[in-house]
Amino acid sequence: MPVMEYIDAIRLAMKEEMERDEDVFVLGEDVGYKGGVFSTTKGLLEQFGEDRVMDTPLAESAIAGVAIGAAMYGMKPIAEMQYSDFMFPATNQIISEAAKIRYRSNNDWSCPIVIRAPIGGGVFGGLYHSQCPESVFFGTPGLKIVAPFRAYDAKGLLKAAVRDPDPVLFFENKKCYKLIVGDVPEDDYTVPIGEANVLREGDDITVISYSLPLHFILEAAEELEEEGITSHVLDLRTLQPLDKESILAAARRTGKVLIIHEDNKFGGIGGEVSAIIAEEMLFELDAPIMRLCGPDVPAMPINPPGEKFFMLNKDKVKEAMRQLALY
Amino acid sequence: MKQSQSIKNETKHAELGLTDEQAIEMYVTMITSRRYDERCLLLQRAGKINFHVSGIGQEAAQVGAAFALNREVDYFLPYYRDYALVLTLGMTLRELMLSLFAKAEDPNSGGRQMPGHFGHKRLRIVTGSSPVTTQVPHAVGIALAAKMKKKELVTFVTFGEGSSNQGDFHEGCNFAGVHKLPVILMCENNQYAISVPMHKQLGGRICDRAAGYGFPGVRVDGNDPLEVFKVVKEARARAIAGEGATLIEAMMYRISPHSTSDNDLAYRTKEEVDEHRGKDGVVKYKQYLIECGIWDEEKDAELMVKIRAMLDDATEYGDKAPFPKPEDILLHVYDGDQSQGGR
Repeated sequence: MPVMEYIDAIRLAMKEEMERDEDVFVLGEDVGYKGGVFSTTKGLLEQFGEDRVMDTPLAESAIAGVAIGAAMYGMKPIAEMQYSDFMFPATNQIISEAAKIRYRSNNDWSCPIVIRAPIGGGVFGGLYHSQCPESVFFGTPGLKIVAPFRAYDAKGLLKAAVRDPDPVLFFENKKCYKLIVGDVPEDDYTVPIGEANVLREGDDITVISYSLPLHFILEAAEELEEEGITSHVLDLRTLQPLDKESILAAARRTGKVLIIHEDNKFGGIGGEVSAIIAEEMLFELDAPIMRLCGPDVPAMPINPPGEKFFMLNKDKVKEAMRQLALY
Repeated sequence: MKQSQSIKNETKHAELGLTDEQAIEMYVTMITSRRYDERCLLLQRAGKINFHVSGIGQEAAQVGAAFALNREVDYFLPYYRDYALVLTLGMTLRELMLSLFAKAEDPNSGGRQMPGHFGHKRLRIVTGSSPVTTQVPHAVGIALAAKMKKKELVTFVTFGEGSSNQGDFHEGCNFAGVHKLPVILMCENNQYAISVPMHKQLGGRICDRAAGYGFPGVRVDGNDPLEVFKVVKEARARAIAGEGATLIEAMMYRISPHSTSDNDLAYRTKEEVDEHRGKDGVVKYKQYLIECGIWDEEKDAELMVKIRAMLDDATEYGDKAPFPKPEDILLHVYDGDQSQGGR
């Protein structure tokens, strides 16, 4: 099985989907000749031409809005937001339009777009190249949101997103692009949207997370096993709709739940996961639900000590996991 | 005069390639829309419906434009005052009334959206929302898709002069200009954004902005349906020839208040409204048809009786049609009605 970087898996998914279906096309800033500022779309223009790998004017609302129009016509656009931080000018198009097109037309029209946007910090990006905007879009019915943590899921979820009949936000983690390397089958597989995934089984604590922090969690779980603490780790993979059944099954497995994400704690996805568990099985829990998240500050500063303080890492995660195990 | 130039060339509509029948049909649609609009105001005042947003004063431009387009292939992205436009495109009075009464059978939204929020896939009327001007990038995207698929069609998008100040207007125009896309953008400049008059919204002319996008912009008398027909027809020919977008600023006046919730005399005078009522494009066009010798007061009276009967039928149909089932609000969030809560 080929081993590749997370970013290569994203590129491969686009390439395969564009080969499979001529209605699939990519648009965004610098996606064409430059191949994207991170090289995510590198080589696609050479293979598919500039009509299908389209450099757009620097205007995010138009990127989303034009993609929405094309999707209503029957195309399958993949719109790239260069950084998720720059997605906010397109928020009206995403929330007022894409999310509501099927609903407001009583199922007459649909909007099968994919919007890819890199999230996350730890790359000295400062306030506006580091954010996790999931919570802004989360809670908007009509949207689907996915956030892969490894190369296998990145390819499979992006292919599923392209084939999905509804709008999908694909939050790829920019820190994972080159750092994360993994097995990616060459065959035409998809990872179903709406299904969480158990990454590790254990009986002492349950850790629920998505995107980059899962790497810290898996390392920490490995080390904690040497201390005699076994961890059950669930990757949400899809943030909306949440896989309620898998969340409850994972929580039931140990009765002790820790939810971890880089997006700030207040109003984050962890709150909703926690509420699902509390509503359904509060009295089966052996400890209060814990959350470990980014601090509630507007965004991540660029100075290295400040960035380090903001970011999660293996040690912070391990400490939280140990505390929960000892509760 | 050469022999080939027939006697018909004496009328303006014939010069533009419109038959007498088409010229009359334009009037019929305009006046039907006007009567529909007046009926809606009446129904709201009678407490039969909650809300109506009017298009009175804008019918002439809407009908003139629609007649210049290809109603079999083009895509239409109207805004909320475009009753005359959608009637020309094939929406029926019954369908409009179903929307007004928010009934299940409403083809626009199944009784979900406010009236005036059009959408009808079979007629290629693209679903729209209330945050203004979001439809401009959509029109550009459909035009882009058509160009990619080598389909010969244009997209026609309308909006008010207030809307033209939104970023989506600029972003959409610029994108269309860069890619020379077959889009016709028609601003229905009715001189008011709810209460804010034109001079507090615009430092210049909307049509002049087109120069910055690299395509032509024209201002036209929106009270003259034949002038609007002419410029839209030219714009369509350019678009189909691959020459790109056109921005049209049709000048008109919003004779009605903004909506049934608006008291317009708080910000404008009755004298001002009356002055513009005197310039009403529908009345002027009827006079034009009479002068052409193809219409008269007798035919007009017959038409009014017919429209009234059609409106009575549509009103009763809309009023008596069932509402959607309450729990149907849960449907169509996603394809195949996957629920919000996951698997």
